[in-house]
Amino acid sequence: MTDRPDHIPWFRKMLEIRLFEEKVQELFMAGLIEGTTHLCQGQEAVPVGAVAAMHADDVLTNTYRGHGEALARGMDAEAAFAELMGRSSGCCGGVGGSMHLTDFSKGNVGANAIVGAGLPIALGCAMAFKLREEPRVALTFFGDGATNIGTFHESLNMAAVWKAPIVFVITNNLYGEYSPLRSTTPIEDLARRADPFGIPGVVVDGQDVDIVYDNTLSAIERARSGGGATLLEMKTYRYRGHSRADPAKYRPDGELEAWKARDPIDILGGRLASEGQLSAEEQQNLRKEVSAEIDAAADRAAAAPPPTFEEIQSYVYAG
Amino acid sequence: MSTLAEPVPQVQAPAEAAEEAQLTYRDAINAALDDEMSGDPAVLLIGEDIASDGGVFKTNAGLIEKYGPGRILNTPICENGFTGVALGMALMGMRPVVEFMFSDFLPTAGDQIVNQLPKYRFMSGGQCAVPVTIRSISGGTGRFGTQHSATGESWFMALPGLRVVTASSPGSAYALLRAAIRDNNPVLFHEHKGLYGRKGPVRRGSIAEVGKAETVRGGKDVTIVATLLMVERALKAADALVEDGIEAEVIDLRWVRPMDVSTVRASVERTGRLLVAEEQVHHGGWGASLISELTMGGVGWSAPPAAVSLPYDQPVPYSPPLEDALIPGADRIAEVARSVARH
Repeated sequence: MTDRPDHIPWFRKMLEIRLFEEKVQELFMAGLIEGTTHLCQGQEAVPVGAVAAMHADDVLTNTYRGHGEALARGMDAEAAFAELMGRSSGCCGGVGGSMHLTDFSKGNVGANAIVGAGLPIALGCAMAFKLREEPRVALTFFGDGATNIGTFHESLNMAAVWKAPIVFVITNNLYGEYSPLRSTTPIEDLARRADPFGIPGVVVDGQDVDIVYDNTLSAIERARSGGGATLLEMKTYRYRGHSRADPAKYRPDGELEAWKARDPIDILGGRLASEGQLSAEEQQNLRKEVSAEIDAAADRAAAAPPPTFEEIQSYVYAG
Repeated sequence: MSTLAEPVPQVQAPAEAAEEAQLTYRDAINAALDDEMSGDPAVLLIGEDIASDGGVFKTNAGLIEKYGPGRILNTPICENGFTGVALGMALMGMRPVVEFMFSDFLPTAGDQIVNQLPKYRFMSGGQCAVPVTIRSISGGTGRFGTQHSATGESWFMALPGLRVVTASSPGSAYALLRAAIRDNNPVLFHEHKGLYGRKGPVRRGSIAEVGKAETVRGGKDVTIVATLLMVERALKAADALVEDGIEAEVIDLRWVRPMDVSTVRASVERTGRLLVAEEQVHHGGWGASLISELTMGGVGWSAPPAAVSLPYDQPVPYSPPLEDALIPGADRIAEVARSVARH
């Protein structure tokens, strides 16, 4: 627990992600966001802890449930809201939407709406670094459901054979879309899926941002120093259903409450309070401050126009 | 980091003398790979069985010795995975050339080819470029059976963001492959397995224009548009038609996407007659699209447009005489061209 970065920005970022997602729900109900959204309330320690272990020139790919990683890497909430509202000021000019909060300037090189597709893409980034002998690492975030798709196994295999500088991060929230993991997957600890490829697999408490950070840092350092790939399984939980249309009625009684009793923001908040770094009152004030920022960001985003076809034409082909 | 968001700059064409050499189609592809790799350190080859002994079709002969395993990345057999790897490399400023042994394997990478490569730049709002070339070996005549003989040239032509190109001769294979590698967009590059041994003139240093068809023989009576092996057979048919007093113009379409409708239109406006020669079923292919584009554009037909394509609605069989009968030959192209010309 030495040389740990300042925790207060982590706490603030976790609050920002939580309140951002809650605002997304509100904006959806108000008709300002259409289509679908995949929210990550309850999982905030994973993006915040893992991203904190990355260097600025490392890259990540992630998924349609990717608002957390985007914000953790420093995406401006206004650009994110604008993207969700389909405005030209969005991070992808309004053509991507909720499932594609991509920002190359922050090393977020692709939020993907196809399960498992981001793994080989991140591996390609990692191999470019390796072949050019650059001390950079790629991370790829994906859900438990993705561990059953071919690209997961193909990517772990290639990464192991090539000793690629990559970290595979499973955000295991126990449900692949509407299906409980136990109904689709014969093992409980997905980290074991590293074993056949001869790379380390680590089960991580995804509710505790400190533990997430420590384990991700070890895996990143291993990758950066030429040690190859690691598979991290972050055990966590999403408070909401799979997407907008899903009320998550398939969850057993008491499960949500049990996970909320280990809420990642509360865990860090409790630690900050007991260490005297940030009192409960200061935490409440911070929440109000972040909430006001989120509201203001959403308002500014809503004021922007949608893109025009002329604007987006150049997105199809590169010159 | 901001440089990642910039389109990858195209390397200037080297000021090579336009020396012409007689090369086989196979060696022309090898020369194009070699010239691009020597001119740009970002170009690398990736795919299964590409390193050992020049690759399955020997197109990579000598490249591993010259450039080493860091530029010729041999992969496990996992097309969807290694195509995704190529995409990731491209995002980081490299120019991967992916080798798919047979075109029939392209659908195993369906997600990367359909959802990732062509859409990646678009859905990021133009933040990146995806300079990935996918070479694949297509076509029949090889006795390779049903799952190793498809042309696949029309399978992915409905995807904005992608380019699809076909090579019919050593000279076009060389110039088109160099253009594909230099393009800042994903390109599916189709080679024909029946053409690897063909010899023809190759202008070293030549780089083809993206989206431009090539008129390979002039004529005033009927326009024949073809790709891949059908170009050679259309030319042979055109020779035979001379005896009937028919002058056929033969156009190698080259690019299925973007399609050079205007070159064909200019030809058909002179001839009034069109025949598309395809090594595929007509339905859902480039020939049907071409005729649709021309018709909607108001070309004045002197005769209804015609197609020579697979005569039966079925995959390619192994049985050698049946394979030969299924794939359109010069005789059949000539026969249909004759009836179109005399309509």
